[in-house]
Amino acid sequence: MLKKIRVALALLFFLGVTALFLDYTGAIHLWLGWMAKIQFLPAVLAANVVVIVALVLLTLVFGRVYCSVICPLGVMQDVVAHLHPKKNRYNYHRELRWVRYPIWVLFAVVVVLGVGSAIALLDPYAIYGRIAQNLLQPVWMWAGNLLAKVAEHYDSYAFYSREVWLRSLPTFVVAVVSVVAIGLVAWFGGRTYCNTICPVGTTLSFFSRFSLFKVRFDAEKCRNCSQCTTHCKASCIDHTTHTVDYSRCVSCGNCLNKCKFGALKYSFALGKSKTETKVDESKRAFLAASAMVAGTAVAQEAKKVDGGFAPLLDRVVPERKTPITPPGSISARNMARHCTACQLCVSDCPNNVLRPSTEISTFMQPVMSYERGYCRPECTRCSTVCPTGAIVKIDASQKSSLQIGHAVWEPKNCVVLTDGVTCGNCARHCPTQAITMVNRDPSDESSPMVPAVNEARCIGCGACENLCPARPFPAIHVEGYEEHHSY
Amino acid sequence: MSAKDISRRSFMKVLGAGAAAGAVASACKRAGLPDEVTNDYSSLAEPQAGQMTYRTNPKTGEKVSLLGYGMMRLPVIGGGSAREVKSEIDQEQVNRLVDYAIEHGVNYFDTSPAYCQGNSETSTGIALHRYPRDKYFVATKLSNFAKTNWSREASLQMYHNSFKRLQVDYIDYYLLHSIGQGGMENLHSRYLDNGMLDFLVEERKAGRIRNLGFSYHGDIEVFDYLLSQHDKYQWDFVQIELNYLDWDFANEINDRNTDARYLYGELQKRNIPSVIMEPLLGGRLSNLPQYLAAELKHREPEKTVASWAFRYAGTPEGVLTVLSGMTYMEHLKDNLLNYSPLQPVTADDEKFLYHIAEEIVNMRNIPCNDCKYCMPCPYGIDIPGIFVHYNKCKNEGTLPTNSANEEYRRLRREYLISVDRTIPTLRQADHCIGCHQCESHCPQNIRIPDELHRIDKFIDNLKRELV
Repeated sequence: MLKKIRVALALLFFLGVTALFLDYTGAIHLWLGWMAKIQFLPAVLAANVVVIVALVLLTLVFGRVYCSVICPLGVMQDVVAHLHPKKNRYNYHRELRWVRYPIWVLFAVVVVLGVGSAIALLDPYAIYGRIAQNLLQPVWMWAGNLLAKVAEHYDSYAFYSREVWLRSLPTFVVAVVSVVAIGLVAWFGGRTYCNTICPVGTTLSFFSRFSLFKVRFDAEKCRNCSQCTTHCKASCIDHTTHTVDYSRCVSCGNCLNKCKFGALKYSFALGKSKTETKVDESKRAFLAASAMVAGTAVAQEAKKVDGGFAPLLDRVVPERKTPITPPGSISARNMARHCTACQLCVSDCPNNVLRPSTEISTFMQPVMSYERGYCRPECTRCSTVCPTGAIVKIDASQKSSLQIGHAVWEPKNCVVLTDGVTCGNCARHCPTQAITMVNRDPSDESSPMVPAVNEARCIGCGACENLCPARPFPAIHVEGYEEHHSY
Repeated sequence: MSAKDISRRSFMKVLGAGAAAGAVASACKRAGLPDEVTNDYSSLAEPQAGQMTYRTNPKTGEKVSLLGYGMMRLPVIGGGSAREVKSEIDQEQVNRLVDYAIEHGVNYFDTSPAYCQGNSETSTGIALHRYPRDKYFVATKLSNFAKTNWSREASLQMYHNSFKRLQVDYIDYYLLHSIGQGGMENLHSRYLDNGMLDFLVEERKAGRIRNLGFSYHGDIEVFDYLLSQHDKYQWDFVQIELNYLDWDFANEINDRNTDARYLYGELQKRNIPSVIMEPLLGGRLSNLPQYLAAELKHREPEKTVASWAFRYAGTPEGVLTVLSGMTYMEHLKDNLLNYSPLQPVTADDEKFLYHIAEEIVNMRNIPCNDCKYCMPCPYGIDIPGIFVHYNKCKNEGTLPTNSANEEYRRLRREYLISVDRTIPTLRQADHCIGCHQCESHCPQNIRIPDELHRIDKFIDNLKRELV
C-alpha cells in the first residue's frame, strides 16, 4: 500500500514537472508552477525558507521521500531501473563516503561562492530539466506542430505551430551525456547516483538518519532470505546484520512488499536508536545545511519581374561585449549565483529569445539574443516560472522601464546607407520611443535619416535588432548591462 | 452537344477533358432520362467551339476574340501558378490550354517580359509557334520597370528579346507597360527622354509592330497627356482596368485612382478600342462575401459569380478583348462559356451590379487584387499575402476589433494564429521598412507601406492587448 501511494505520487510529480518543461503555451505553469518551486536546490538558491524548512521537516518525519517522489531525476532513475527485467539484481554495499562527502563539500563551497555553472552540473532537478527541454520538448513540439497541421486542415485553431530549434549545441550534448550516463548507472545500479554523487541526496541524508518513520528490521522474524537486499535499488539493506543505511534509504517501500515474513516495517518510533550520536550528527548536519542557506542568502534586391519572394539570409548572432540576461534577473552576478540552468525559462520563452549560454562562467544559464524574436513588452513569462530566484517576478509595467541593455547602431550595416532607402523600422517599433530618426549630416536636411538611440530610455528589448532589415548582420544590436536598472 | 458541328478530333478532346461531364451524361442516359436533359447539362459545363464573340479592330479590320488569354499566371510543374511558385512552367499543360483556347476561338494572347517571374514570353512563344502565324495575335510590352532598364540600350534589348522569345518577326499588339505609375516623371524617364516611344512609332511604320498602345494604371495626368498626343502617336488601342466596381467607384476606393467610366469615355471619344484587364479585379469579383454571392445566385442561379463580371466587362461595344489570366482548364472553360457567345448585360442588370459594387465599397477592404506586381519586395515582405489575409478576416467578420465583444478572446487567438499560419514570420508586416519601392508598382495605387504599418500596429496592439 505504502509503495502504491509512493509510486502514484511519484508519477504525479514526475509527469507534472515534465509537463512544465514540455508546455510552451504557459497554461500548465498556472497550475503546476509550484512543482518547480518546491525543488530543494532551487529553493535554497531562492532562499525560500518556507520550502527549505518544509522539506527538512518532511525528511525528518518520513525519510528521503523527497528523493522518491518530488525529485524528477530520482523518479526518472526509478523508471529506468524498473525497466530492467531482473528485479533482484542488487546487493548491499557500503556507503562510498570518500566520494560522497568530498563532492558535497565541494558543492557547498561552490554554492556559497555562487559559481552558478558548477551548481548547474550537479543539481538533480536542473539535470532533469535539461534532459526534458533538450530531448523531450522538441518531440512534444513536433507532435504539436503535426496537430496544428491537422487543425489547420480542418480550419480549427485548437493548436498552433512553434518553431523547433537547437538553442545550444553544448547544452544539448550535456543533456545527452547526462541521460546516457545516469540512465546506465540506474540500469545497473539503481540509485547509485543519488547515494554517491547527488549533493541534494547527501544533504537530505543528514536528516533522514533521524527520521521518525523508518524501515525497521524485526530480527526475530527475519529468515535471512535476502529478498529485501536484492530488491533494494539503494543497496542500503544488509540482511545479514539486519541493518538499513538510513542515509541512503529513499523510503521507496520496495523491500516491504518483498519480505514474506513481515520482518520489515515502515514504522514510527521516537528516539529508539542511539540518541547521543543523533544529537551530534544532527547538529552538524543542521549547521551545514544552514551554512548553505546562509551562503545563498548573502549572495543575492531590385524589382524586374512579377511575383516571387526575395531570399532572406539567416541572422548571425552578433558578438555582444556584455551578454544580455532576462528582465528580472537583476544582474549578471545574481543570475550566475542563483541559476541552476534547469532550462525552464528557456523552454517557456514564447518569443525564441532565451537560450543557454555557451560561456564557461555562465555555462547553460539563460542568455538572450534576438535573431528569432524579441523580448515583447507584454511578456514576463520567464520571470514567473523561475524557481531559483535567478529571475525574480516582475510585471509588464515594471518591465517597460527596466533597462537590461541598450541598442548600438552600426552604420556599416544600415540599409539607409547601404541601399539608399528610407527605413526607420527600428524607431517605429521601439516600445519606449528611445530611437529617433535624425539627419546623417546635421547641417544637411536632405541627408538620409538614420537612427539615434537615447540610451537613457532604451530598455534593451531587441525589437530594433530583430526587426532591422539588414541581414545577416543587423545594423542595430543590443549590448547587455551587468546590472539592470530602471529609469 | 451536337457532334456534327465540331471536328472528330476536338470532339474526342472535349470528351477527354470533360470526363466528369461525360460520365454524368452517360449515367443519365442509363437512368433513362430524355436527351434534352443531358444536352442541357453539357452545354452548361462545356463551351462549344465556333460560338466565340468577336470584335473588330477599326484600324486593321481584324477580328479579335472577346476573350483574351493573359499569360501571367501560367501553371507550373507541381501545381500552382508561376507567379506564386518558383518552379518550372508546366509547358505541356500550357500547350494543352492554348490548344483548347484556340480550338474554341481565342486568338489574342497577352504576355510581358515581366510575367511569371520572367518566363512567360518564352513559354508563350513555344505554345504559339506550333500554329500558323496568322492564327493568333500576340501582345507583349515594354516592361522596363527597374531603373536599370530605363536606358535606351536596356529597353531596346528588352524589345528585341521579345521577338526572340516569342519566335516571331512581328508583334501584333505592343504596349508601353503600365504608364501612370510614378507619374509624368517616370513616363519621361522610361519612354520619352530615351526616345523609346519615337522608336516604337518607327517600328510600327516598319511593320514590326502592327498595333501600338499602352496599358494604364495610376496617375491620370499621364493618361490624359498621352491621349492629348493622340494625333502624334495614333494609339491603336489602350489597355485599361474595367469592371463593375471600378466603373464608378475606383476613385472612391482610392483617391489616387480614376473611375473606369472616365477612361473608357475618353477612349471612345477618340474611337480608340479598349483592351480590358482586371475584369475580375484579381479574383475579388469572383470571391465575394457569402451574402453578396447569394444575391447574384438568387438573380441567376445557373450563372457563376464570376460570369457576371465577365459579361459586364465584355458588353461595351468599344471593348476589343477582355483579358483573363487562366491557370487551370476549369478557368478557361468557365471563361469561354461567358463569351461563346456573349450575353450582354441589360440596363437592369447593370443597375443590379452597381448595387453589388456599392456593397463591396462599403466593406472598406484594402483594394489588393493579389496581382503580385509589387513582388518581390526587396526586404522579403509577402505584401499581397498580408493584404489578402487581412481582407478575408475583415469580410468574414473575424477581425478582433473590439475587446468588449464577448467573442473577442477567441477571435484574437484565432487571428494571431492565422497570421502565423498564412505568412512566414520574417515576411510579416512588422518587417516592412517603408522604403516605398513597391508603391509605384501597384496597379491599384495602394499606399502599401501605410497599409502594412497599419496592420502591423493592429497586430502589435492585439498582442499587447491594447485593442
